[in-house]
Amino acid sequence: MADPIHQFVIQDLVPLNIGGIDVSFTNSALWMVIAATVTTVGLSFAMRQRALVPGRFQVFAENMYEFVANMVRENVGSQGRQYFPFIFTLFCVVLMGNMMGLIPYSFTYTSHLAVTAGLALFIFLWVTALGFYKHGLHFLNFFSPEGVPFFLKFLVIPLEMISYLARPLTLSMRLFANMMAGHLVLKVFAGFCVSLMSVTIVASILPMGFNVIMIAFECLIAFLQAYVFTILTCIYFHDALEMH
Amino acid sequence: MDLEAAKLIGAAIALLPLAGVGIGLGHIFSAYNNAVGRNPGAVEQLDKKFFLTFALTEALAIFALVISLVILFG
Repeated sequence: MADPIHQFVIQDLVPLNIGGIDVSFTNSALWMVIAATVTTVGLSFAMRQRALVPGRFQVFAENMYEFVANMVRENVGSQGRQYFPFIFTLFCVVLMGNMMGLIPYSFTYTSHLAVTAGLALFIFLWVTALGFYKHGLHFLNFFSPEGVPFFLKFLVIPLEMISYLARPLTLSMRLFANMMAGHLVLKVFAGFCVSLMSVTIVASILPMGFNVIMIAFECLIAFLQAYVFTILTCIYFHDALEMH
Repeated sequence: MDLEAAKLIGAAIALLPLAGVGIGLGHIFSAYNNAVGRNPGAVEQLDKKFFLTFALTEALAIFALVISLVILFG
């Protein structure tokens, strides 16, 4: 059976070494460049006419914008407007990474913990710095919710701190694990298909059919995980700006 | 017990949280269907919350799967 892990291997396309640090142009970087290009060119192309009555592509671009704008409006509040460009970019990056990974022979850069942890740590550090910048040391009150009896605070404050510090971990693990597990299942069943083919072709229809259903489910998961990643970022910004 | 057998048993035990995730997902689906049945007009609002909670709960099952895979191949 073919190796289902092989799809996650990072290969050097253009080996580069600057000052002892490996900065090769890998297949992961290639797909990131493709994602950025497709998003930028696609959105510019869709919005080139700026028609009052939008065409097909413009409706698509406007819907995407409205979707994220609503998310920011509902979850961050009025102060969140200035963070909209960042959140929209984040949504595009994660969505394109997840969706393009479903193309056969492509590479899913969101299925690597290094990428998702990088994104999650950046968000976590920014949001924490933002909280301290906006509220000063009062931001520490975030860890002690109002209305908690004095003696319970010894229990609640450590719990709140742990759940706050676990945020980058859960945020990155959720995206990475969902993408990795989904692609593993796809490839494992594709492997079953090939192994059964050598026995009887009729039997290999079963894993094939399952794979078709899984591809549809993976499309849903790819979109859903991008949505969840973005909405959690919105909630973290809300916590930092307004403290509960 | 040799190491290989212990690894397999450990990987299987790591998947036990799926029972809890199954119960949780059942609750989410039942609550969603209940709510839509009672108030079909609120489908759009309910959909967003449903998908968010569904993805958050489903991620726990995937965490268990990753831990199990790490025990098996790590």
